[in-house]
Amino acid sequence: MTWTLLLEQSLNGFQLGIVLFLMAAGLTLVFGIMDMVNLAHGSLYMIGALLCATFTEWTGSFLLGVLLALPAVLVVGILVEVVALRTLYKRDHLDQVLASFGLILFFNELARIVWGPEGMAIPLPAWLDGSIEILPGVPYPTYRLMVIVVGLAVAAALYWLVVKTRTGMLIRAGASNRTMVGALGVNIGLLFTLIFGLGAALAGLAGMIAAPIVQANIGMGESILIPAFVVIVVGGIGSIRGAFIAALIVGLIDTMGRSFLDVLLGTFMSANAAETAAPALSAMAIYILMAVVLFFRPQGLFPPQGRG
Amino acid sequence: MTIGKLSAGFVAALALASLPAQAASVKIGFVTTLTTPAGVIGRDMQDAFNLALEDIGGKMGGLDVEVFYEDDGFKPEIGKQKTDKLVQKDDVDFVAGYIWSHVLLASQKSVLGAGKFLISANAGPSQLAGKQCHENFFATSWQNDQTPMAMGEVLNKRGVKSLYVIAPNYAAGKNMVAGVERSFKGKIVGKDLTKWPGQLDFSAELAKARASKADGVFVFYPGKAGGAFMKQYQQAGLNGKIPLYSVFTVDSLSLPLFQKGKLEGVMGSYMTQFWAPDLDTPQNKKFVDGFRKKYNRYPSFYAAQTYDSMFLIKSAVDAVKGDLTNKDGMRAAMAKADFPSVRGSFKFGNNHFPIQDFYLREVVADADGNWTTATRDVVYKDHQDPYAKDCKM
Repeated sequence: MTWTLLLEQSLNGFQLGIVLFLMAAGLTLVFGIMDMVNLAHGSLYMIGALLCATFTEWTGSFLLGVLLALPAVLVVGILVEVVALRTLYKRDHLDQVLASFGLILFFNELARIVWGPEGMAIPLPAWLDGSIEILPGVPYPTYRLMVIVVGLAVAAALYWLVVKTRTGMLIRAGASNRTMVGALGVNIGLLFTLIFGLGAALAGLAGMIAAPIVQANIGMGESILIPAFVVIVVGGIGSIRGAFIAALIVGLIDTMGRSFLDVLLGTFMSANAAETAAPALSAMAIYILMAVVLFFRPQGLFPPQGRG
Repeated sequence: MTIGKLSAGFVAALALASLPAQAASVKIGFVTTLTTPAGVIGRDMQDAFNLALEDIGGKMGGLDVEVFYEDDGFKPEIGKQKTDKLVQKDDVDFVAGYIWSHVLLASQKSVLGAGKFLISANAGPSQLAGKQCHENFFATSWQNDQTPMAMGEVLNKRGVKSLYVIAPNYAAGKNMVAGVERSFKGKIVGKDLTKWPGQLDFSAELAKARASKADGVFVFYPGKAGGAFMKQYQQAGLNGKIPLYSVFTVDSLSLPLFQKGKLEGVMGSYMTQFWAPDLDTPQNKKFVDGFRKKYNRYPSFYAAQTYDSMFLIKSAVDAVKGDLTNKDGMRAAMAKADFPSVRGSFKFGNNHFPIQDFYLREVVADADGNWTTATRDVVYKDHQDPYAKDCKM
């Protein structure tokens, strides 16, 4: 293991964490403030990726694709909220899980009909498609660096929105005590639609960002939904700050596990045993983290104020 | 009353009349993945099976052929449920298909335990080739280890001294790694088994591969993971730095996507395979031309194996002249591999896996500019898998 490899893997972990954060931010708001379990959050990730792929194909530019797809996902998110989920807020979590699981099936089938089972690849502009040397002799994919930059910018914008604006104040208040905010005369219905739309746009953005790396495909949302749930549980449900920090921790742990666990295990067990154990353990690492956090701090690492 | 009695009698007569009609068809269950992104593989297999059905005129041994398609959803437990349904409810005579080794391993007992024939049109897990081989199991594909073994030979010939191996962590992935390790004479400097089918981001593995400074990278990523891997290989700047050698990763299903996504790095890359679209056998010509005409795209190797599986079943039913109770006769007929195969003539080994040739293929553009593969060399002649000796048949 060399220091340059460690640096590269940290960046990889960071980049994975950023994508997870974009997913988890919306999920934690919807879950924390509206007390709504929305499994279909992953479908918005997929729809974002597929719309972006289509718009990129039409316009010939990835950036234009993203700019067109963002408002489109926002609209899809609001439609989903108004048509399907709005009636479920007062129902218990099981009903919400069932209904949003149904939405997953609906969106997957819709995607299969519209885009076909083979999915779409998104070609990147040449200046994003290669790699640049971050240190002499250490090339790093330009696109992944871009993901980190964009993700940090979005995180900063979210921070500003949540901490510095009146809307953000209402969002925070909603996370702390929903009933009281309603009682004070705030239009909770409108606030919920807004939050849901915001969460949808963030999930869609995460999908658009991931698509040039993993391609836009049916069911791509399900594989990221579970780690995103781990992130919000670790970070504290309803807390954007918690989601951000937990996403980075989860991203780093997952990447580091995949990178160095076999070497680490190899120091005290046979090479063969390490080879078999390492992939199994690294796949479990983030769930072990969640179990530990739930045991010592069931409310999560950074729960919203007034609820911890 | 009389009308009631009459109609009851009528129903009974109908039921009697329909009995021989039921027996007059060969029922084939076909399990593959029709949903999830891997559904694109399943669709290719389904298309090939339907084409084969058309090409044999919908009949074998004088009987009509009925096909029941089932979707395994890429999950072993669902594959097993669907197999149970085919065996118990539909009472099929043959169960064919199976893309994934872990799905086949979970499902095989349901078929073989019921005394039916099981034909794998893709998956070739080592277990079924070795100790768990079964008289009623046949594969029209290959045993998992064979193709990567051929690749190992290619690497030796090309003077590759050190290799970095990346594959998914499931039954077939482990077989692929074992295969290349078996024949490759150089040093394996690193190995990653990734979470399957969830993991599509290979940033950590690619960084390790680059740091290892290996002469080559060997990968096995079937389906959509292959596209993601190729893309990231290019983004990581590894194209042209470390040559990539793949098995079952670049195929006719992924190449059009690569071409659309402008993944120029795939051009000129090498893979090994038992078959190629340009293989010069009469049956292959008929198959490839027929497939391209009907579906307007190149068939994949999945399709080729599936096309063969229909003809294998036909050879069995023809041999017993449609007497589906004559299992011994059908088994003996299939073991002869006496049917026109897209790969040319071949033999089955004692474990009912093909003993066949393996070719080196290179990605090229065809006359119309479509990306496809061309055969470059014969790596193995009449190659048998290494597990056959463990099979007591």
